[in-house]
Amino acid sequence: MSLITLTGIGKSFKVAKRSAGFKEAVKALFAREHTIVEALRDISFTVREGEIVGYIGPNGAGKSTTIKIMCGVLVPDAGACSIMGFTPWKDRVRYVRHIGVVFGQRSQLWWDVPVIDSFELLRDIYAIPPRIYRKNLDLLAEMLDLADILRTPVRQLSLGQRMRCEIAASLLHDPAILFLDEPTIGLDAESKIAVRNFIKSINRERGVTVILTTHDIHDIEALADRILMIGKGTLLYDGSMSDLRGRYGTRKTITVDYKRDARPVDIPGAECLSLSVNRAVYTFDSDRINITDLINRLSAGGELADVEIGSPPVDELILKLYKEHRV
Amino acid sequence: MNAPLSILKMRLLRGMQYRASAAAGMVTQFFFGLIIIMVYIAFYEHSGAAQPMTLKEVTAYVWLTQMFYAFVAYWMYDGELFAQITSGNIAYELCRPWRIYPVWYAKLLAMRLSIAALRSLPIMAVVFLLPEPYRFALPASPGAFLLFIAALFSGLLLVAAISMFVYISVFWTMSPVGSLIVATVTGEFFAGVILPVPFMPGWLQEIVYLLPFRWTADFPFRVYTGHIGAQDALAGIGIQMIWLAALVSAGQWLMGRALRRVVVQGG
Repeated sequence: MSLITLTGIGKSFKVAKRSAGFKEAVKALFAREHTIVEALRDISFTVREGEIVGYIGPNGAGKSTTIKIMCGVLVPDAGACSIMGFTPWKDRVRYVRHIGVVFGQRSQLWWDVPVIDSFELLRDIYAIPPRIYRKNLDLLAEMLDLADILRTPVRQLSLGQRMRCEIAASLLHDPAILFLDEPTIGLDAESKIAVRNFIKSINRERGVTVILTTHDIHDIEALADRILMIGKGTLLYDGSMSDLRGRYGTRKTITVDYKRDARPVDIPGAECLSLSVNRAVYTFDSDRINITDLINRLSAGGELADVEIGSPPVDELILKLYKEHRV
Repeated sequence: MNAPLSILKMRLLRGMQYRASAAAGMVTQFFFGLIIIMVYIAFYEHSGAAQPMTLKEVTAYVWLTQMFYAFVAYWMYDGELFAQITSGNIAYELCRPWRIYPVWYAKLLAMRLSIAALRSLPIMAVVFLLPEPYRFALPASPGAFLLFIAALFSGLLLVAAISMFVYISVFWTMSPVGSLIVATVTGEFFAGVILPVPFMPGWLQEIVYLLPFRWTADFPFRVYTGHIGAQDALAGIGIQMIWLAALVSAGQWLMGRALRRVVVQGG
Protein backbone atom coordinates (compact mmCIF):
# COMPACT_ATOMS: atom_id res chain seq x y z
CA MET A 1 0.00 0.00 0.00
CA SER A 2 1.61 3.21 -1.09
CA LEU A 3 1.57 6.37 0.97
CA ILE A 4 1.55 8.81 -1.93
CA THR A 5 -0.07 8.22 -5.29
CA LEU A 6 -0.08 10.74 -8.11
CA THR A 7 -1.93 9.91 -11.30
CA GLY A 8 -1.80 12.03 -14.42
CA ILE A 9 -1.20 15.33 -12.63
CA GLY A 10 -1.13 18.34 -14.99
CA LYS A 11 -0.82 22.03 -14.30
CA SER A 12 -0.41 25.03 -16.55
CA PHE A 13 0.20 28.70 -15.80
CA LYS A 14 -0.72 31.77 -17.77
CA VAL A 15 2.31 34.01 -18.16
CA ALA A 16 2.08 37.63 -19.33
CA LYS A 17 4.66 38.54 -21.92
CA ARG A 18 5.86 41.75 -23.43
CA SER A 19 8.95 42.93 -25.24
CA ALA A 20 11.26 45.54 -23.80
CA GLY A 21 10.72 49.27 -24.30
CA PHE A 22 8.30 52.01 -23.38
CA LYS A 23 6.09 51.57 -26.44
CA GLU A 24 5.61 47.93 -25.65
CA ALA A 25 4.81 48.73 -22.04
CA VAL A 26 2.07 51.14 -23.10
CA LYS A 27 0.71 48.59 -25.53
CA ALA A 28 0.60 46.01 -22.76
CA LEU A 29 -1.68 48.31 -20.78
CA PHE A 30 -4.43 47.69 -23.30
CA ALA A 31 -3.80 44.30 -24.76
CA ARG A 32 -1.67 41.88 -22.89
CA GLU A 33 -0.21 38.85 -24.52
CA HIS A 34 -0.36 35.64 -22.60
CA THR A 35 1.29 32.36 -23.17
CA ILE A 36 0.22 29.21 -21.48
CA VAL A 37 3.13 27.42 -19.87
CA GLU A 38 2.57 23.77 -19.20
CA ALA A 39 4.40 23.31 -15.92
CA LEU A 40 3.43 19.68 -15.44
CA ARG A 41 2.19 17.08 -17.88
CA ASP A 42 0.80 13.71 -16.89
CA ILE A 43 2.94 13.15 -13.80
CA SER A 44 2.35 9.80 -12.13
CA PHE A 45 4.30 8.04 -9.42
CA THR A 46 3.87 6.38 -6.07
CA VAL A 47 5.91 6.58 -2.90
CA ARG A 48 5.92 3.96 -0.16
CA GLU A 49 6.06 4.67 3.54
CA GLY A 50 9.58 5.25 4.88
CA GLU A 51 11.20 6.04 1.54
CA ILE A 52 13.53 8.95 0.84
CA VAL A 53 12.86 10.16 -2.66
CA GLY A 54 15.07 12.66 -4.44
CA TYR A 55 13.20 14.78 -6.93
CA ILE A 56 15.56 16.31 -9.45
CA GLY A 57 15.46 18.26 -12.66
CA PRO A 58 16.76 21.45 -14.20
CA ASN A 59 15.44 24.87 -13.16
CA GLY A 60 11.86 25.42 -14.22
CA ALA A 61 11.22 21.72 -14.74
CA GLY A 62 8.26 21.65 -12.36
CA LYS A 63 9.80 20.27 -9.18
CA SER A 64 8.50 22.97 -6.86
CA THR A 65 5.12 22.93 -8.58
CA THR A 66 4.79 19.22 -7.88
CA ILE A 67 5.81 19.73 -4.26
CA LYS A 68 3.27 22.54 -3.87
CA ILE A 69 0.53 20.38 -5.32
CA MET A 70 1.43 17.59 -2.92
CA CYS A 71 1.34 20.09 -0.03
CA GLY A 72 -2.14 21.30 -0.94
CA VAL A 73 -0.95 24.79 -1.85
CA LEU A 74 -1.65 24.59 -5.57
CA VAL A 75 -4.60 23.01 -7.30
CA PRO A 76 -3.69 20.99 -10.42
CA ASP A 77 -5.69 21.29 -13.65
CA ALA A 78 -5.81 17.57 -14.24
CA GLY A 79 -5.14 14.29 -12.52
CA ALA A 80 -5.61 12.82 -9.09
CA CYS A 81 -3.45 12.70 -6.02
CA SER A 82 -3.98 10.70 -2.89
CA ILE A 83 -1.68 11.08 0.10
CA MET A 84 -2.50 9.11 3.25
CA GLY A 85 -6.03 8.88 1.87
CA PHE A 86 -6.40 12.67 1.49
CA THR A 87 -6.63 14.75 -1.65
CA PRO A 88 -4.27 17.56 -0.62
CA TRP A 89 -6.08 20.52 -2.18
CA LYS A 90 -9.53 19.31 -1.20
CA ASP A 91 -8.86 18.17 2.36
CA ARG A 92 -6.12 20.75 2.88
CA VAL A 93 -6.88 21.72 6.47
CA ARG A 94 -7.13 18.16 7.76
CA TYR A 95 -4.32 16.90 5.56
CA VAL A 96 -1.54 19.40 6.34
CA ARG A 97 -1.45 18.32 9.98
CA HIS A 98 0.32 15.19 8.81
CA ILE A 99 3.01 16.84 6.75
CA GLY A 100 6.00 19.07 7.37
CA VAL A 101 7.22 21.44 4.70
CA VAL A 102 10.40 23.43 4.16
CA PHE A 103 10.66 25.78 1.20
CA GLY A 104 14.39 26.48 1.12
CA GLN A 105 13.96 29.87 -0.48
CA ARG A 106 11.36 31.18 1.93
CA SER A 107 11.10 31.44 5.68
CA GLN A 108 8.37 30.26 8.00
CA LEU A 109 9.99 31.87 11.03
CA TRP A 110 8.98 35.31 12.27
CA TRP A 111 11.78 37.58 11.23
CA ASP A 112 12.19 39.84 14.24
CA VAL A 113 11.43 37.61 17.21
CA PRO A 114 13.56 34.83 18.73
CA VAL A 115 13.25 31.40 17.13
CA ILE A 116 11.57 29.96 20.19
CA ASP A 117 8.63 32.41 19.80
CA SER A 118 8.01 31.11 16.29
CA PHE A 119 8.14 27.55 17.60
CA GLU A 120 5.61 28.37 20.28
CA LEU A 121 3.27 29.96 17.79
CA LEU A 122 3.54 26.81 15.67
CA ARG A 123 2.75 24.79 18.79
CA ASP A 124 -0.48 26.79 19.15
CA ILE A 125 -1.30 26.59 15.45
CA TYR A 126 -0.94 22.81 15.35
CA ALA A 127 -2.36 22.43 18.87
CA ILE A 128 0.59 20.22 19.85
CA PRO A 129 0.12 18.83 23.38
CA PRO A 130 2.72 20.39 25.74
CA ARG A 131 4.38 17.08 26.58
CA ILE A 132 4.93 16.14 22.94
CA TYR A 133 6.06 19.65 22.09
CA ARG A 134 8.63 19.57 24.89
CA LYS A 135 9.88 16.14 23.84
CA ASN A 136 10.18 17.08 20.16
CA LEU A 137 11.80 20.40 20.92
CA ASP A 138 14.45 18.78 23.12
CA LEU A 139 15.12 16.09 20.58
CA LEU A 140 15.34 18.48 17.62
CA ALA A 141 17.47 20.96 19.55
CA GLU A 142 19.90 18.20 20.35
CA MET A 143 20.01 16.63 16.90
CA LEU A 144 20.29 19.93 15.04
CA ASP A 145 22.44 21.64 17.67
CA LEU A 146 20.01 24.48 18.28
CA ALA A 147 20.46 25.06 22.00
CA ASP A 148 22.52 28.22 21.57
CA ILE A 149 20.42 29.84 18.87
CA LEU A 150 16.84 29.29 20.07
CA ARG A 151 16.82 32.63 21.85
CA THR A 152 18.36 34.62 18.99
CA PRO A 153 16.16 36.74 16.72
CA VAL A 154 15.83 35.06 13.34
CA ARG A 155 17.27 38.02 11.44
CA GLN A 156 20.59 37.58 13.25
CA LEU A 157 21.05 33.93 12.32
CA SER A 158 23.37 32.75 9.57
CA LEU A 159 21.76 30.94 6.65
CA GLY A 160 22.95 27.58 7.93
CA GLN A 161 21.58 28.22 11.42
CA ARG A 162 18.31 29.46 9.98
CA MET A 163 17.88 26.41 7.78
CA ARG A 164 18.40 24.12 10.76
CA CYS A 165 15.68 26.06 12.59
CA GLU A 166 13.37 25.88 9.55
CA ILE A 167 13.74 22.11 9.43
CA ALA A 168 13.11 21.84 13.17
CA ALA A 169 10.02 24.04 12.78
CA SER A 170 8.60 21.68 10.18
CA LEU A 171 8.95 18.65 12.45
CA LEU A 172 7.55 19.93 15.75
CA HIS A 173 4.12 18.40 15.10
CA ASP A 174 5.34 14.87 14.32
CA PRO A 175 4.55 14.82 10.60
CA ALA A 176 4.50 11.50 8.77
CA ILE A 177 5.82 13.05 5.55
CA LEU A 178 8.45 15.73 5.18
CA PHE A 179 8.63 17.77 1.99
CA LEU A 180 11.90 19.60 1.51
CA ASP A 181 12.16 22.00 -1.40
CA GLU A 182 15.85 22.73 -1.83
CA PRO A 183 16.80 22.40 1.83
CA THR A 184 20.53 22.79 1.20
CA ILE A 185 20.40 25.80 -1.12
CA GLY A 186 23.19 28.23 -0.31
CA LEU A 187 24.61 26.21 2.59
CA ASP A 188 28.30 25.59 3.20
CA ALA A 189 29.76 22.06 3.23
CA GLU A 190 29.49 21.67 6.99
CA SER A 191 25.86 22.72 7.24
CA LYS A 192 24.97 20.59 4.23
CA ILE A 193 26.43 17.53 5.88
CA ALA A 194 24.63 18.33 9.15
CA VAL A 195 21.32 18.68 7.32
CA ARG A 196 21.85 15.45 5.37
CA ASN A 197 22.75 13.46 8.46
CA PHE A 198 19.72 14.79 10.22
CA ILE A 199 17.37 13.90 7.36
CA LYS A 200 18.82 10.39 7.33
CA SER A 201 18.37 9.84 11.03
CA ILE A 202 14.87 11.30 11.17
CA ASN A 203 13.95 8.92 8.36
CA ARG A 204 15.53 5.91 10.03
CA GLU A 205 14.54 6.55 13.62
CA ARG A 206 11.08 8.01 13.23
CA GLY A 207 10.13 6.48 9.91
CA VAL A 208 9.38 9.86 8.35
CA THR A 209 8.92 9.62 4.59
CA VAL A 210 11.02 12.30 2.92
CA ILE A 211 10.63 13.89 -0.48
CA LEU A 212 13.29 16.38 -1.35
CA THR A 213 14.16 18.47 -4.36
CA THR A 214 17.68 19.62 -4.88
CA HIS A 215 20.25 20.68 -7.41
CA ASP A 216 23.05 19.32 -5.29
CA ILE A 217 23.77 15.87 -6.52
CA HIS A 218 25.66 15.01 -3.35
CA ASP A 219 22.40 15.39 -1.44
CA ILE A 220 20.89 12.77 -3.67
CA GLU A 221 23.86 10.44 -3.45
CA ALA A 222 23.98 10.71 0.31
CA LEU A 223 20.25 10.42 0.93
CA ALA A 224 18.00 9.09 -1.74
CA ASP A 225 17.41 5.41 -2.38
CA ARG A 226 15.31 6.45 -5.28
CA ILE A 227 15.27 9.36 -7.68
CA LEU A 228 12.53 10.84 -9.77
CA MET A 229 13.72 13.04 -12.58
CA ILE A 230 11.53 15.59 -14.21
CA GLY A 231 12.25 17.79 -17.21
CA LYS A 232 9.96 20.22 -19.00
CA GLY A 233 7.06 19.02 -16.87
CA THR A 234 7.29 15.32 -17.69
CA LEU A 235 8.67 12.51 -15.60
CA LEU A 236 11.82 11.16 -17.28
CA TYR A 237 13.23 8.68 -14.86
CA ASP A 238 11.98 6.82 -11.83
CA GLY A 239 14.35 4.38 -10.25
CA SER A 240 17.30 3.78 -8.02
CA MET A 241 20.63 5.51 -8.21
CA SER A 242 22.45 2.24 -8.95
CA ASP A 243 20.15 1.47 -11.89
CA LEU A 244 20.98 4.87 -13.28
CA ARG A 245 24.66 4.11 -12.93
CA GLY A 246 24.18 0.72 -14.56
CA ARG A 247 22.43 2.34 -17.46
CA TYR A 248 24.93 5.04 -18.19
CA GLY A 249 27.83 4.21 -15.95
CA THR A 250 29.64 1.67 -18.10
CA ARG A 251 31.60 4.50 -19.65
CA LYS A 252 34.71 5.01 -17.61
CA THR A 253 37.65 7.34 -17.77
CA ILE A 254 41.24 6.27 -17.39
CA THR A 255 44.02 8.71 -16.49
CA VAL A 256 47.54 7.55 -17.19
CA ASP A 257 50.69 9.21 -15.82
CA TYR A 258 53.89 8.37 -17.62
CA LYS A 259 57.37 8.65 -16.20
CA ARG A 260 58.75 10.22 -19.34
CA ASP A 261 57.21 12.08 -22.26
CA ALA A 262 54.10 10.32 -23.38
CA ARG A 263 53.34 9.35 -26.91
CA PRO A 264 49.69 9.09 -27.83
CA VAL A 265 48.63 5.53 -28.28
CA ASP A 266 45.70 4.93 -30.52
CA ILE A 267 43.44 2.35 -28.99
CA PRO A 268 40.42 1.20 -30.96
CA GLY A 269 37.21 1.76 -28.97
CA ALA A 270 38.78 4.25 -26.54
CA GLU A 271 38.77 7.96 -27.07
CA CYS A 272 41.66 10.21 -26.10
CA LEU A 273 40.30 13.19 -24.17
CA SER A 274 43.45 15.09 -23.35
CA LEU A 275 47.14 14.68 -23.68
CA SER A 276 49.79 16.69 -21.89
CA VAL A 277 53.51 16.13 -21.27
CA ASN A 278 53.26 13.21 -18.89
CA ARG A 279 49.59 12.50 -18.78
CA ALA A 280 46.88 11.11 -21.04
CA VAL A 281 43.15 10.77 -20.38
CA TYR A 282 40.91 8.33 -22.26
CA THR A 283 37.30 7.33 -21.98
CA PHE A 284 36.07 3.88 -22.88
CA ASP A 285 33.16 1.56 -22.48
CA SER A 286 33.97 -1.11 -19.89
CA ASP A 287 31.52 -3.50 -21.55
CA ARG A 288 33.46 -3.47 -24.77
CA ILE A 289 37.09 -3.14 -23.73
CA ASN A 290 38.93 -5.33 -21.29
CA ILE A 291 40.77 -3.21 -18.73
CA THR A 292 43.90 -5.42 -18.51
CA ASP A 293 44.14 -5.33 -22.24
CA LEU A 294 43.81 -1.58 -22.21
CA ILE A 295 46.58 -1.06 -19.68
CA ASN A 296 48.90 -3.34 -21.61
CA ARG A 297 48.40 -1.30 -24.69
CA LEU A 298 48.85 1.97 -22.83
CA SER A 299 52.18 0.85 -21.42
CA ALA A 300 53.40 0.65 -24.97
CA GLY A 301 53.43 4.44 -24.93
CA GLY A 302 56.06 4.63 -22.20
CA GLU A 303 56.80 3.58 -18.63
CA LEU A 304 53.69 3.96 -16.47
CA ALA A 305 53.85 5.91 -13.21
CA ASP A 306 50.20 5.80 -12.18
CA VAL A 307 46.87 4.66 -13.58
CA GLU A 308 43.52 5.82 -12.28
CA ILE A 309 40.17 4.51 -13.45
CA GLY A 310 37.06 6.46 -12.55
CA SER A 311 33.32 6.32 -13.07
CA PRO A 312 31.77 9.49 -14.36
CA PRO A 313 30.34 11.70 -11.61
CA VAL A 314 26.59 11.59 -11.16
CA ASP A 315 26.33 15.12 -12.51
CA GLU A 316 27.34 13.79 -15.88
CA LEU A 317 24.83 10.96 -15.71
CA ILE A 318 22.13 13.49 -15.05
CA LEU A 319 23.26 15.67 -17.93
CA LYS A 320 23.15 12.61 -20.14
CA LEU A 321 19.60 11.91 -19.07
CA TYR A 322 18.69 15.52 -19.83
CA LYS A 323 20.30 15.21 -23.24
CA GLU A 324 18.64 11.94 -24.01
CA HIS A 325 15.26 13.50 -23.34
CA ARG A 326 16.22 16.82 -24.87
CA VAL A 327 15.44 19.02 -21.86
CA MET B 1 -5.19 27.83 22.26
CA ASN B 2 -7.24 28.19 19.14
CA ALA B 3 -5.07 29.38 16.21
CA PRO B 4 -6.92 32.60 15.24
CA LEU B 5 -7.05 33.52 18.93
CA SER B 6 -3.33 33.07 19.42
CA ILE B 7 -2.67 35.13 16.28
CA LEU B 8 -4.93 37.82 17.76
CA LYS B 9 -2.96 37.76 21.01
CA MET B 10 0.41 37.98 19.23
CA ARG B 11 -0.74 40.91 17.11
CA LEU B 12 -2.21 42.76 20.08
CA LEU B 13 1.06 42.44 21.98
CA ARG B 14 3.03 43.58 18.98
CA GLY B 15 0.76 46.53 18.25
CA MET B 16 1.16 47.76 21.79
CA GLN B 17 4.92 47.98 21.31
CA TYR B 18 4.60 51.00 19.10
CA ARG B 19 3.99 53.68 21.70
CA ALA B 20 5.55 56.56 19.77
CA SER B 21 3.26 55.83 16.86
CA ALA B 22 0.28 55.83 19.23
CA ALA B 23 1.28 59.18 20.72
CA ALA B 24 1.71 60.72 17.27
CA GLY B 25 -1.63 59.27 16.20
CA MET B 26 -3.37 60.72 19.25
CA VAL B 27 -2.05 64.21 18.58
CA THR B 28 -3.12 64.00 14.93
CA GLN B 29 -6.58 62.78 15.81
CA PHE B 30 -7.00 65.47 18.45
CA PHE B 31 -5.86 68.20 16.08
CA PHE B 32 -8.19 67.07 13.28
CA GLY B 33 -11.10 66.84 15.70
CA LEU B 34 -10.58 70.44 16.82
CA ILE B 35 -10.33 71.80 13.26
CA ILE B 36 -13.45 69.97 12.07
CA ILE B 37 -15.46 71.16 15.07
CA MET B 38 -14.30 74.76 14.43
CA VAL B 39 -15.67 74.49 10.90
CA TYR B 40 -19.01 73.21 12.21
CA ILE B 41 -19.18 76.02 14.78
CA ALA B 42 -18.69 78.61 12.05
CA PHE B 43 -21.29 76.83 9.95
CA TYR B 44 -23.88 76.73 12.74
CA GLU B 45 -23.33 80.43 13.65
CA HIS B 46 -23.90 81.68 10.12
CA SER B 47 -26.61 79.41 8.84
CA GLY B 48 -30.16 80.40 9.64
CA ALA B 49 -32.02 77.23 8.73
CA ALA B 50 -32.57 74.43 11.23
CA GLN B 51 -29.93 71.67 11.02
CA PRO B 52 -30.60 67.94 11.11
CA MET B 53 -28.30 67.49 14.15
CA THR B 54 -27.57 69.82 17.06
CA LEU B 55 -24.05 71.22 17.43
CA LYS B 56 -23.64 69.16 20.59
CA GLU B 57 -24.49 65.98 18.68
CA VAL B 58 -22.15 66.87 15.83
CA THR B 59 -19.29 67.57 18.27
CA ALA B 60 -19.77 64.18 19.91
CA TYR B 61 -19.97 62.57 16.47
CA VAL B 62 -16.68 64.17 15.41
CA TRP B 63 -14.87 63.15 18.59
CA LEU B 64 -16.15 59.59 18.30
CA THR B 65 -14.84 59.43 14.74
CA GLN B 66 -11.44 60.54 15.99
CA MET B 67 -11.36 58.23 19.02
CA PHE B 68 -12.37 55.16 17.11
CA TYR B 69 -10.61 56.15 13.94
CA ALA B 70 -9.01 52.70 13.78
CA PHE B 71 -12.53 51.20 13.71
CA VAL B 72 -13.76 53.28 10.79
CA ALA B 73 -10.76 54.13 8.57
CA TYR B 74 -10.58 52.07 5.41
CA TRP B 75 -7.05 53.00 4.43
CA MET B 76 -5.52 51.11 7.36
CA TYR B 77 -4.08 47.91 6.06
CA ASP B 78 -1.81 45.06 7.00
CA GLY B 79 1.18 45.20 4.66
CA GLU B 80 2.26 41.73 5.71
CA LEU B 81 -0.80 40.12 4.18
CA PHE B 82 -0.30 41.94 0.87
CA ALA B 83 3.35 40.89 0.91
CA GLN B 84 2.37 37.28 1.47
CA ILE B 85 0.32 37.27 -1.70
CA THR B 86 2.72 39.17 -3.91
CA SER B 87 5.93 37.50 -2.68
CA GLY B 88 4.53 33.98 -2.61
CA ASN B 89 5.03 33.42 1.10
CA ILE B 90 1.38 32.46 1.19
CA ALA B 91 2.71 28.98 0.40
CA TYR B 92 3.61 28.54 4.06
CA GLU B 93 0.32 30.04 5.20
CA LEU B 94 -1.46 27.37 3.14
CA CYS B 95 0.58 24.58 4.71
CA ARG B 96 -0.96 25.23 8.10
CA PRO B 97 -4.02 23.38 9.38
CA TRP B 98 -6.30 26.40 9.24
CA ARG B 99 -8.57 28.16 6.84
CA ILE B 100 -7.08 31.40 5.55
CA TYR B 101 -10.19 33.56 5.83
CA PRO B 102 -10.70 33.32 9.62
CA VAL B 103 -6.98 33.72 10.28
CA TRP B 104 -6.64 36.84 8.16
CA TYR B 105 -9.88 38.17 9.58
CA ALA B 106 -8.47 37.74 13.08
CA LYS B 107 -5.30 39.56 12.02
CA LEU B 108 -7.28 42.51 10.69
CA LEU B 109 -9.39 42.70 13.84
CA ALA B 110 -6.28 42.53 16.00
CA MET B 111 -4.59 45.32 14.09
CA ARG B 112 -7.56 47.66 14.51
CA LEU B 113 -8.14 46.68 18.13
CA SER B 114 -4.52 47.23 19.11
CA ILE B 115 -4.45 50.68 17.51
CA ALA B 116 -7.76 51.76 19.06
CA ALA B 117 -6.92 50.32 22.48
CA LEU B 118 -4.02 52.71 22.86
CA ARG B 119 -5.66 55.80 21.41
CA SER B 120 -9.35 55.91 22.28
CA LEU B 121 -9.18 56.20 26.07
CA PRO B 122 -6.56 58.98 26.31
CA ILE B 123 -8.39 61.04 23.67
CA MET B 124 -11.65 60.45 25.53
CA ALA B 125 -10.13 61.62 28.81
CA VAL B 126 -8.93 64.87 27.24
CA VAL B 127 -12.04 65.75 25.23
CA PHE B 128 -14.35 65.28 28.23
CA LEU B 129 -12.44 68.12 29.89
CA LEU B 130 -12.45 70.58 27.00
CA PRO B 131 -14.38 73.86 27.36
CA GLU B 132 -17.74 74.22 25.60
CA PRO B 133 -18.55 74.06 22.73
CA TYR B 134 -15.68 71.64 22.14
CA ARG B 135 -16.52 69.38 25.04
CA PHE B 136 -17.41 65.74 24.32
CA ALA B 137 -20.94 65.13 25.61
CA LEU B 138 -21.91 62.14 27.76
CA PRO B 139 -24.04 59.50 26.02
CA ALA B 140 -27.73 60.20 25.69
CA SER B 141 -28.58 57.64 28.38
CA PRO B 142 -26.99 54.55 30.02
CA GLY B 143 -29.11 52.44 27.67
CA ALA B 144 -27.87 54.38 24.66
CA PHE B 145 -24.31 53.81 25.86
CA LEU B 146 -24.73 50.04 26.04
CA LEU B 147 -26.36 49.97 22.62
CA PHE B 148 -23.52 52.14 21.33
CA ILE B 149 -20.90 49.67 22.57
CA ALA B 150 -22.72 46.79 20.88
CA ALA B 151 -23.16 48.75 17.65
CA LEU B 152 -19.53 49.93 17.70
CA PHE B 153 -18.13 46.42 17.99
CA SER B 154 -20.42 44.90 15.40
CA GLY B 155 -19.35 47.85 13.24
CA LEU B 156 -15.74 46.78 13.76
CA LEU B 157 -16.61 43.25 12.67
CA LEU B 158 -18.21 44.75 9.56
CA VAL B 159 -15.22 46.94 8.72
CA ALA B 160 -12.93 43.91 8.87
CA ALA B 161 -15.33 41.92 6.67
CA ILE B 162 -15.44 44.75 4.12
CA SER B 163 -11.68 45.28 4.05
CA MET B 164 -11.12 41.54 3.49
CA PHE B 165 -12.32 42.17 -0.05
CA VAL B 166 -9.38 44.52 -0.62
CA TYR B 167 -6.98 41.72 0.37
CA ILE B 168 -8.78 39.15 -1.73
CA SER B 169 -8.65 41.47 -4.75
CA VAL B 170 -4.85 41.46 -4.61
CA PHE B 171 -4.88 37.80 -5.69
CA TRP B 172 -6.05 39.15 -9.05
CA THR B 173 -4.49 42.61 -9.23
CA MET B 174 -1.14 41.85 -7.54
CA SER B 175 -1.06 45.42 -6.23
CA PRO B 176 -3.14 46.74 -3.34
CA VAL B 177 -3.00 50.42 -4.38
CA GLY B 178 -6.08 50.58 -6.61
CA SER B 179 -8.38 48.57 -4.37
CA LEU B 180 -7.25 50.53 -1.32
CA ILE B 181 -8.03 53.90 -2.91
CA VAL B 182 -11.44 52.74 -4.08
CA ALA B 183 -12.24 51.24 -0.67
CA THR B 184 -11.04 54.33 1.19
CA VAL B 185 -12.87 56.90 -0.91
CA THR B 186 -16.18 55.08 -1.22
CA GLY B 187 -16.05 53.43 2.19
CA GLU B 188 -15.26 56.48 4.29
CA PHE B 189 -17.62 58.74 2.39
CA PHE B 190 -20.60 56.38 2.52
CA ALA B 191 -19.84 55.48 6.14
CA GLY B 192 -20.31 59.11 7.14
CA VAL B 193 -16.73 59.54 8.33
CA ILE B 194 -16.20 62.64 6.19
CA LEU B 195 -19.69 64.13 6.59
CA PRO B 196 -22.39 62.79 8.95
CA VAL B 197 -25.12 61.16 6.89
CA PRO B 198 -27.99 63.46 8.11
CA PHE B 199 -26.24 66.41 6.41
CA MET B 200 -26.29 64.72 3.03
CA PRO B 201 -29.00 65.55 0.48
CA GLY B 202 -32.04 63.31 0.60
CA TRP B 203 -31.32 61.38 -2.59
CA LEU B 204 -27.78 60.64 -1.41
CA GLN B 205 -29.07 59.43 1.95
CA GLU B 206 -31.27 56.94 0.12
CA ILE B 207 -28.19 55.51 -1.54
CA VAL B 208 -26.24 55.48 1.73
CA TYR B 209 -28.98 53.49 3.43
CA LEU B 210 -28.74 50.81 0.75
CA LEU B 211 -25.02 50.25 1.34
CA PRO B 212 -23.29 48.47 4.24
CA PHE B 213 -20.78 51.24 5.02
CA ARG B 214 -22.97 53.47 7.23
CA TRP B 215 -23.38 50.64 9.74
CA THR B 216 -19.69 50.95 10.65
CA ALA B 217 -19.57 54.66 11.67
CA ASP B 218 -22.73 56.70 11.17
CA PHE B 219 -24.94 54.19 12.97
CA PRO B 220 -22.98 53.54 16.20
CA PHE B 221 -22.03 57.20 16.62
CA ARG B 222 -25.60 58.43 16.27
CA VAL B 223 -26.73 55.77 18.73
CA TYR B 224 -24.30 57.32 21.25
CA THR B 225 -25.70 60.82 20.81
CA GLY B 226 -29.27 59.55 20.97
CA HIS B 227 -29.95 60.81 17.45
CA ILE B 228 -31.00 57.24 16.75
CA GLY B 229 -33.40 56.01 19.43
CA ALA B 230 -33.22 52.75 21.36
CA GLN B 231 -35.86 50.99 19.23
CA ASP B 232 -34.13 51.84 15.98
CA ALA B 233 -30.75 51.02 17.51
CA LEU B 234 -31.85 47.49 18.41
CA ALA B 235 -33.24 46.94 14.93
CA GLY B 236 -30.04 48.41 13.49
CA ILE B 237 -27.83 45.97 15.35
CA GLY B 238 -29.91 43.21 13.80
CA ILE B 239 -29.30 44.67 10.34
CA GLN B 240 -25.58 44.90 11.11
CA MET B 241 -25.60 41.16 11.85
CA ILE B 242 -27.38 40.41 8.58
CA TRP B 243 -24.82 42.46 6.64
CA LEU B 244 -22.00 40.78 8.54
CA ALA B 245 -23.27 37.31 7.69
CA ALA B 246 -23.72 38.27 4.03
CA LEU B 247 -20.30 39.90 3.67
CA VAL B 248 -18.42 37.16 5.48
CA SER B 249 -20.01 34.43 3.38
CA ALA B 250 -19.34 36.35 0.17
CA GLY B 251 -15.74 36.94 1.29
CA GLN B 252 -15.19 33.30 2.13
CA TRP B 253 -16.60 32.22 -1.20
CA LEU B 254 -14.37 34.66 -3.10
CA MET B 255 -11.35 33.68 -1.04
CA GLY B 256 -12.00 30.05 -1.93
CA ARG B 257 -12.01 30.98 -5.62
CA ALA B 258 -8.85 33.06 -5.21
CA LEU B 259 -7.01 30.21 -3.51
CA ARG B 260 -8.03 27.76 -6.20
CA ARG B 261 -6.30 29.88 -8.82
CA VAL B 262 -3.46 30.94 -6.55
CA VAL B 263 -0.06 31.19 -8.17
CA VAL B 264 2.85 31.11 -5.79
CA GLN B 265 4.91 34.05 -7.00
CA GLY B 266 8.63 33.68 -7.33
CA GLY B 267 8.93 29.91 -7.80
